[in-house]
Amino acid sequence: MELFDIGLNIGLAHYLTLAAILFTLGVFGIFLNRKNMIVILMCIELMLLAVNINFVAFSAHLGDLVGQIFSLFILTVAAAEAAIGLAILVTFFRLKGSIAVEDISSMKG
Amino acid sequence: MDNLNLFPILPELFLAIVAMILLVLGVFRGNDATRFISWASVGALTIAMLMLGAQDAGSSVSILNDMFLQDRFTLFVKFWVIVGLVMSIALSVQAIDQDKIAKFEFPVLMLFAGIGMLLMVSASDMLSLYMGLELQSLSLYVLAAIRRNHVASAESGLKYFVLGAISSGMLLFGISLVYGFTGTTNFALIGETLSSGLSLGAALGLVFILAGLAFKISAVPFHMWTPDVYEGAPTPVTAFFAIVPKLAALALLARVLFVTFEPFQEQWTQILWILSVATMVVSTFAALRQESIKRLLAYSSIGNMGYVLIGFVAGGEQGLAAVLVYMPIYMIMTAGVFGVVMCMRRDDLALENISDLAGMSKHHPVLAYVMAALMFSMSGIPPLAGFFGKLIIFQAAVASGQLVLAVIGVLVSVVAAYYYLRIIKTMFFEEGIGQFEGGMELSRKLIIGLSLLFVMLFIFNPSPLVEAARAAAHSLF
Repeated sequence: MELFDIGLNIGLAHYLTLAAILFTLGVFGIFLNRKNMIVILMCIELMLLAVNINFVAFSAHLGDLVGQIFSLFILTVAAAEAAIGLAILVTFFRLKGSIAVEDISSMKG
Repeated sequence: MDNLNLFPILPELFLAIVAMILLVLGVFRGNDATRFISWASVGALTIAMLMLGAQDAGSSVSILNDMFLQDRFTLFVKFWVIVGLVMSIALSVQAIDQDKIAKFEFPVLMLFAGIGMLLMVSASDMLSLYMGLELQSLSLYVLAAIRRNHVASAESGLKYFVLGAISSGMLLFGISLVYGFTGTTNFALIGETLSSGLSLGAALGLVFILAGLAFKISAVPFHMWTPDVYEGAPTPVTAFFAIVPKLAALALLARVLFVTFEPFQEQWTQILWILSVATMVVSTFAALRQESIKRLLAYSSIGNMGYVLIGFVAGGEQGLAAVLVYMPIYMIMTAGVFGVVMCMRRDDLALENISDLAGMSKHHPVLAYVMAALMFSMSGIPPLAGFFGKLIIFQAAVASGQLVLAVIGVLVSVVAAYYYLRIIKTMFFEEGIGQFEGGMELSRKLIIGLSLLFVMLFIFNPSPLVEAARAAAHSLF
């Protein structure tokens, strides 16, 4: 196991970098994705989870519980948000028969 | 537990309980009860307003572990939020019948959104800010998509949902950074920590939080959702979007900027300066080429946010007081305008183009003159109320030395007058096809009438509003 034993010490900076990368991936996923609405919903979820990593990492680092409580609230709200997003998506699919992003463009200007 | 004081949060608790009772009632009685539920909501809001009146306005009370704050500022904003809610529910009663979306969920969702707004206004912790904001946003997503058999409505709901969720994500990312670099989520404590030294992480957090809140008040470049949502959503929902949520978001922005990020004032003033100019210019020039009246009003509401941001850039008590005078005037004018827009129906369909207003002066002279007065007020022509809103904003800008901004604001509002006057021109100088159909119920007449009276008579006694706004702004500093 010598390969992995290189004295890696995972600290706050690593978590923050990970969260920042995930968050950026989420944002770019929403704006670059031209195919499917479900992917956008997944990207939104990715953004929120990146924030959760941030909160939990800071919470552990600071020795303060508020961050972890905050992340529980975010999880709850994210679930409600996903439910509402999917419900709206279903009504849209029923009317249009498609969830492709380029079909969501009847209004412009 | 001996210091559990729930009196300051009583209006919100009361509204929450009433909203849930009405929801259950709706489930049992079905959509026939919609009208009753609407008026019951208006009644509940009136009672909540009385409860607000019973609060002690002189002192600032903080309850629930400093999550919830009640002072003169929150009382003032909440009063107007409730007025806005009453106006939009009263306007919606007839309109949802005509649009065949008279579902009992409609007024209940408006109530829930309203509770979210009231909680946002009173938030004094990032956690309560987030929960209030989400309660509001989630209700608004559903409201935008409530016309389930209509592609435009579903599409607007979807767009609003996606962009709203992104903005919430940005806001949260900012909150997490601020929490990490200050060690607390309480507004006042964050302010104290920051005043002892500015850190890069917290500054980054501020930028994300500002981006998230700019989405909610639809400031350029975060405005893309507004025209589509306003156009696609059913007219009563659009009216609601235009009248109320922005006031609550602005109150939140005020507290976050003037209390929490007060040490960063120099930095955020620069950001808001750019946002304000971009918002005014982009919205005005985009509005010039709109054909749909709802889209036009969307750009007009974006533009108004630009003027409001001037007040924030001006800063201090005077700037904030100007914002607090501007917003109620804007809300009341908008309610009147949407009341008139809701009358535009023919063959059981809502008409949404500016050209459909043609010939209104012949067929509906009274309505045409009311609309003309409201449009003159919107474009800021004295002696109507809209003029004073703009005047007080520009005064604050000049007093704080933001001359360039004031000049840009005045120039832009001259350009903006073009599209308001274009509506008047269409009503009075173009030939139309005939009368609108559908008639007007008393509630709509009342809202339009009161809006007109306010716009015309504001000049005679502006001091109650101005004085109350000054006192409210004072309590934040």
